[in-house]
Amino acid sequence: MNQPLLVTATQKAGPRLTLAIGATIILALLALPLLSLLPADHNLQVSAYTLTLVGKILCYAIVALALDLVWGYAGLLSLGHGLFFALGGYAMGMYLMRQASGDSLPAFMTFLSWTELPWYWAGTQHFAWALCLVVLAPGLLALVFGWFAFRSRIKGVYFSIMTQALTFAGMLLFFRNETGFGGNNGFTSFRTILGFDIASQGTRAVLFLLTVALLLVSLYLGWCLARSKFGRVLTALRDAENRLMFCGYDPRGFKLLVWVLSAVLCGLAGALYVPQVGIINPSEMSPTNSIEAAVWVALGGRGTLIGPLLGAGLVNGMKSWFTVAFPEFWLFFLGALFIVVTLYLPKGVIGVLKKRNQA
Amino acid sequence: MKRRSLIKAFTLSAGLAAMGMSWTLQAAETIKVGILHSLSGTMAISETSLKDMALMTIEQINAKGGVNGKMLEPVVVDPASNWPLFAEKSRQLLTQDKVAVVFGCWTSVSRKSVLPVFEELNGLLFYPVQYEGEELSPNVFYTGAAPNQQAIPAVEYLMSEDGGAAKRYFLLGTDYVYPRTTNKILRAFLHSKGVADKDIEEVYTPFGHSDYQTIVANIKKFSAGGKTAVISTVNGDSNVPFYKELANQGLKATDVPVVAFSVGEEELRGIDTKPLVGHLAAWNYFESVDNPVNQKFVADWKAYAKARNLPGADKAVTNDPMEATYVGINMWAQAAEKAKSTDVDKVREALAGQSFKAPSGYTLTMDKTNHHLHKPVMIGEIQDDGQFSVVWETEQPLRAQPWSPFIPGNDKRPDYAVKGN
Amino acid sequence: MPKALYTLLLLLLLPLATHASEGEFFLTSKPADQARLLQDWAAQPDAARLALLSELKQGRIAADDTRKVRLNNRLRGLIDNALASHQMLSDDTRVRLSAAQQLQKSAQPAQVAFLDRRFAIEADAAVRAALGLALANLQLAASEPSVRLAAVRLLGETGDPQARTRLQALLEPGAETDAAVRTAAQTSLAQVEHKLLIGELLGQAFSGLSLGSILLLAALGLAITFGLLGVINMAHGEMLMLGAYSTYMVQVMMQRLAPDAIEFYPLIALPVAFAISAGVGMLLERTVIRHLYGRPLETLLATWGISLILIQAIRLLFGAQNVEVSNPGWLSGGLQVLPNLVLPYNRMVIIGFALAVVLLTWLLLNRTRLGLNVRAVTQNRNMAACCGVSTGRVDMLAFGLGSGIAGLGGVALSQVGNVGPDLGQSYIIDSFLVVVLGGVGQLAGTLWAAFGLGIANKLLEPQIGAVLGKILILALIILFIQKRPQGLFALKGRVID
Repeated sequence: MNQPLLVTATQKAGPRLTLAIGATIILALLALPLLSLLPADHNLQVSAYTLTLVGKILCYAIVALALDLVWGYAGLLSLGHGLFFALGGYAMGMYLMRQASGDSLPAFMTFLSWTELPWYWAGTQHFAWALCLVVLAPGLLALVFGWFAFRSRIKGVYFSIMTQALTFAGMLLFFRNETGFGGNNGFTSFRTILGFDIASQGTRAVLFLLTVALLLVSLYLGWCLARSKFGRVLTALRDAENRLMFCGYDPRGFKLLVWVLSAVLCGLAGALYVPQVGIINPSEMSPTNSIEAAVWVALGGRGTLIGPLLGAGLVNGMKSWFTVAFPEFWLFFLGALFIVVTLYLPKGVIGVLKKRNQA
Repeated sequence: MKRRSLIKAFTLSAGLAAMGMSWTLQAAETIKVGILHSLSGTMAISETSLKDMALMTIEQINAKGGVNGKMLEPVVVDPASNWPLFAEKSRQLLTQDKVAVVFGCWTSVSRKSVLPVFEELNGLLFYPVQYEGEELSPNVFYTGAAPNQQAIPAVEYLMSEDGGAAKRYFLLGTDYVYPRTTNKILRAFLHSKGVADKDIEEVYTPFGHSDYQTIVANIKKFSAGGKTAVISTVNGDSNVPFYKELANQGLKATDVPVVAFSVGEEELRGIDTKPLVGHLAAWNYFESVDNPVNQKFVADWKAYAKARNLPGADKAVTNDPMEATYVGINMWAQAAEKAKSTDVDKVREALAGQSFKAPSGYTLTMDKTNHHLHKPVMIGEIQDDGQFSVVWETEQPLRAQPWSPFIPGNDKRPDYAVKGN
Repeated sequence: MPKALYTLLLLLLLPLATHASEGEFFLTSKPADQARLLQDWAAQPDAARLALLSELKQGRIAADDTRKVRLNNRLRGLIDNALASHQMLSDDTRVRLSAAQQLQKSAQPAQVAFLDRRFAIEADAAVRAALGLALANLQLAASEPSVRLAAVRLLGETGDPQARTRLQALLEPGAETDAAVRTAAQTSLAQVEHKLLIGELLGQAFSGLSLGSILLLAALGLAITFGLLGVINMAHGEMLMLGAYSTYMVQVMMQRLAPDAIEFYPLIALPVAFAISAGVGMLLERTVIRHLYGRPLETLLATWGISLILIQAIRLLFGAQNVEVSNPGWLSGGLQVLPNLVLPYNRMVIIGFALAVVLLTWLLLNRTRLGLNVRAVTQNRNMAACCGVSTGRVDMLAFGLGSGIAGLGGVALSQVGNVGPDLGQSYIIDSFLVVVLGGVGQLAGTLWAAFGLGIANKLLEPQIGAVLGKILILALIILFIQKRPQGLFALKGRVID
């Protein structure tokens, strides 16, 4: 939550302070779940509300980072990342539903008078297989879609609209009750995960720590990518694809790799998101959600690693605050924010901070 | 320059940190009550008026001296039709604002989303909308209708001479749990009345479906096979295109009556009702019900809408979920008075058997065990002024059956609230 | 039984009473007695009772009587039937014709004698034919096989869906014993089914066209703002919404100021909606979008912000609930083409309107100075600027034009669906798909894509349902774009970055 401080300070005071502050933030994030374990009347106790809220925002931050990899670095604006996020969430949700329903069928299937699980639910009672699905479902879909899309060199606006159509189709499909994922109600009322009570402080703390860990891993991955030759090819791809091709590179493989990687990261974020917020439903796939993710990236500053995290934190933090403080006006704030950012802060908040530093 | 940016960054981060904290600078000696209705997003169309109704009821209670000598203080939040946000906001209401009770939710999915939170933190939720049943939580009081308080009497009416003695039934709904469950119950009920499967057609449309040409054509085709009635669980927003198409394709209520479970006065505000005269709706309350309690209720609401300058105040109407909200808040206040406390466990105990003279003209009673109201059922016919005229009603309030006997396995369910159902 | 006796007694007394007291009696009877009374009236029409029945249809017993008769659907149906029966006595051929058509649907066995009498003396051929059908429906139950045979043959010539049900009932095992009638019924059934099939197919084609025309109106404005200017206008849906709300405002205004001309409010709404949407569009272009040319993905975000603001503003101004926009008389109801095919007037008008708007847009773009400038700026902005085209002004006007056309679309949409703050959101994805599928910058492409998608949707819907149909179409579009990344009608060019 304290990234602005980190960034300004980073710009001012060289790598050593950066490291120090980065470490402080990480420590703070690591301390948060431990503080939540304190007794409720303790002064330093962090409430479950704060923990889930921050956890949720961290999941969104991972999505923003994943989106930034494809948009900020490879120049492919996806308006369908909500689909991958939701697929990961659904895969985890399947396991949690099986845990909650025990030997019998999940309740929504009994409504449909189904007597046995559909084939794609097979094996979901095993945590390991559910984890595989978390990676495979978004990964494979991204692979297939990406293979087709990049083969025929769909890019720019067309790519964005196609991804939007994709997530819209996914949403319609999952809204159908016959699809077998609980329709509009989706999955709720989870009980246990690996035998631990999902609502207990301890489980929450562990899930939170895992989210922090995933975020750090994604950051490291992004950092490695950005610094490698691969990252430079991607940037070249973004700026002048044809020239890159004339130089003898085949851009398809590069695009496909970063695209699938981004989808898988989203899926993992979704899988961590679901047990923390306690519900997954097709509205996660609605095109608006994916556009919002793009807004986080744009607000924070694309093409940077810290920017998307900052953007996700800012927008979601504001959302949580405005919906209480000014419930009827928060859409005005949100809307105005997007306009102001695109008009006056083309490089996002990060850009402003950087500029200030140079001045 | 540097210092300023540092200060700026600090305020920004402080602001962010503060979002997680609560805003507890409030006057003492009030009882906070949470209002959890979407004010933006797709559900705003239905839920906004419930928020206003809740605020009006709270104002009325405060004008009478509050509860246990303390004023009620509403805490309004906007979950923005976003289901995870419903869970987050309810946790916030319960743990940060420490509200004594929450009035809110409309869709089943929003209720399902907040349910684990209420059960975990032992909060109290009043849910004011008709729903599919199949749930009975100790932390929720359901002031809307269960299926047996709405759907089954409506079909009984359609089968009667006066209702047109329908032989074939077209069950049309939006694809979500409430229509699915209701239709499942209705199918079992129709079977028990000797209606064969070939005379029942079940069709679902996605949310926000707006092109009903094919479906109306199918209804027409189906209705050629005998006296047909349409039982519509189409979700609020899709009703306008549905009814418009029905009227324009020349299907009249005399030929094929439509009985709707989700169309009330508020929905009719967006429709030209002249072509719809004769179509039916089943509810537990209509604005047109004629009794002194209702007259005052309607007059109060109109005055409130005008005083607050609510949008469309000149055409303000009341409807069933608004009445259920009104009844729920008043009942909670009565129970809190009786318990002399707002403690959830004590209020829950005091609520059992609580009764209230409702605008529907009946004295509604909260069931002793199953957390649902005993409600009368009324069938109303759409009039050309956007109101309903009651053509049939039950003689007395019915007890709710949240676990419908027409769904297999429900006979083993206990008839009292248990966590985690 | 005493009740029946009572009614019988009353019927005997009826001729003595005036019809005013008949109305009085009806008003005070119980619903079941009212129903019996109406059935009796239908079987023995009396010209003096016509006025009473017409008034009953309005829910009262006399024009100057304010007491409301409580009716239910059953009584309404019986009143329609009794009224039709009485209208058969009319001197006006058209009244008799519509009455006979009503009787085809609702006549009861008790009316056979009366209908027989009328059939014998009916002079007008059309009325006679209609009456013959009404009679045939009832004669299926006649005791003489020859009467049944004639009835069955007659029914075979209609395309009435109810005739099919009746014939099917006749063909149930054990229902019809006469072999000749049975064979005739089989032939007639085949005939009726053939006619019904034609009606159904035509109906499907029409609904496809209708959906296509709606998609076209929704997408046409976008074809200009996105296709020509390259602006991804996520607020395009809100331009449609503004158009629909303008219609609402015009309707309310006219109710107050010119209630006589209220029938024609959609026509007045057209220029108003165009002006409002175009005005808002130009304002947005000047204040926001102008700064973002050449950065299409960023316009996407900014315009999305605009759409959020517009939605919430409308919500605060008009309320979150939908507002009522009613179809005027000439847009309500439909044209009965075949017994099982009714074409609603509003949909027919919208199809025509959509085509007219396309034509006008095409003329504007291809036959006017402004159109020339727009095309010039689209193809090569710098070159156009060098030739003295004021690109800024052209941008503004083109964006205004696109938004204005969206406003016109909003007027049309208000006649078929909801008018609420979220109206635009439900059309935005479809609009983009239509434009992308058609090929950016191509009016003809947009036209084909819209009708193609509409018809494909409606062909798939009866087979696999609305949702799967839509998903399948989305998948097909995604595949199609692989094949032709620039859409159906692509501009050929050699430009590469």
